Amino acid sequence: MRHLLSINDLSAADAIGILDTATELARINDGQVKKLPTLRGRTIVNLFAEDSTRTRISFEAAAKRLSADVINFSAKGSSASKGESLKDTAQTLQAMGADAVVIRHSASGAAQRLADLEWMSGSVINAGDGTHEHPSQALLDAFTIRKHLGKGASDLKGLRIAIVGDVLHSRVARSNVLLLSMLGADVVLVAPPTLLPVGVESWPATISYDFDSVIPTVDAIMMLRVQQERMTDLFFPNSREYSRYFGLNSERMSAMAKHAIVMHPGPMNRGLEIAADVADSARSVIVEQVTNGVNVRMAILYVLLAGGPLEVGSN
Amino acid sequence: MSVALSAQEILEKNHGSSDITVLGIPTRGAHLAARIAAIMSSIEGKEIAHGTLDITLYRDDLRLRPPRTIMPTSIPPIGIQGRDVILIDDVLYSGRTIRAALDALGEVGRPRTVQLAVLVDRGHRQLPIRADFVGKNLPTSEKQSVRVSLTEIDSVDEVVIEGEAN
Repeated sequence: MRHLLSINDLSAADAIGILDTATELARINDGQVKKLPTLRGRTIVNLFAEDSTRTRISFEAAAKRLSADVINFSAKGSSASKGESLKDTAQTLQAMGADAVVIRHSASGAAQRLADLEWMSGSVINAGDGTHEHPSQALLDAFTIRKHLGKGASDLKGLRIAIVGDVLHSRVARSNVLLLSMLGADVVLVAPPTLLPVGVESWPATISYDFDSVIPTVDAIMMLRVQQERMTDLFFPNSREYSRYFGLNSERMSAMAKHAIVMHPGPMNRGLEIAADVADSARSVIVEQVTNGVNVRMAILYVLLAGGPLEVGSN
Repeated sequence: MSVALSAQEILEKNHGSSDITVLGIPTRGAHLAARIAAIMSSIEGKEIAHGTLDITLYRDDLRLRPPRTIMPTSIPPIGIQGRDVILIDDVLYSGRTIRAALDALGEVGRPRTVQLAVLVDRGHRQLPIRADFVGKNLPTSEKQSVRVSLTEIDSVDEVVIEGEAN
């Protein structure tokens, strides 16, 4: 494996290999920050052409814990704001000897383009492209679900997971539907019809418009951020109505199964898709998702940069 | 069998078991470590601290081959600080695994001594590393490979030299 652009690049065995690697890395880290020499001398560029807090910091922390050199590059304050094309930027990075580029871009397919056109010889890791995919987020979500609900199994068979809210604009939802269903989970999408994309019927997931009927049936509820910055149209009458039908409040939380967990990829709109007391409750694993994100991204960097294809179970 | 002999030898050299922590290098070294710790326990009549130490992330040849699966590391609660650590591996060859293990140990703590016990020493060292306890010295050619099987995972205990000698 050279690039990580989409969950479709992975087989179930690849994905489980990454999750297992992350599990061992988490055990090594064990709360205390420890530096591993594994990627010493490698250069990883974080190319963020769109705002990000946790993904960029998470990739940076992961790379640094593996002793790679990290160069952060954001579109603001770089020549991209002077109109430099992605190609010219990529060739600059190549000339500087980047071994991997972690790219976040507002255009769907930007990471694919960077990888396909062979502008650079290193690995390309998609850290979110437009409304397309965000594979590392899906992997860390799967890791979190497996850790809490997996009962020691390597996959997610028998679990039912609801993904709720702005599916239309969500790359997190796309990657998660692909990954969670590949790992054997039963995925249900809950959203108003206006926030579901065309062709959603063909996704490996069922669809519901009635949040309250879904809540008691699932093991995990993944709330999605309402992406107002991508909304060029009126998708629901007003935020109070959205909140009433599709927001997760404490009353709805009390209808969840005892073991079920609440997830959110962040950043949250507190009071819109998720109530503040739910986000801060004991069921919420939202902060832990961030911690897991570092271990999962270390695993991704290890698999892509430490050599060739991951040989799961080999010695 | 040589595992029992090595356990005896390790105890003799260290004047008993009180400060010993046995760490096996996965996969087969970990099983050997468990066996040696069990034999020591039965000789001494008390539990011997033992665990596993994965060294994959410390290897210097990671870029030369496909990435290896990371195996579990479990350091016993008593740790390694100030103790006599006995590293256990199945085959000693280039010495690079042991170099990586010394780096990995350095991250965990500072043992008083580190000693190395291997089931098979097949020669061809590339680094200045030697074993303190050797089950069997096996002269081999570099073209051959040595395969160790253990009942815990391979359903049989055996050491096989594969390939022609030169």
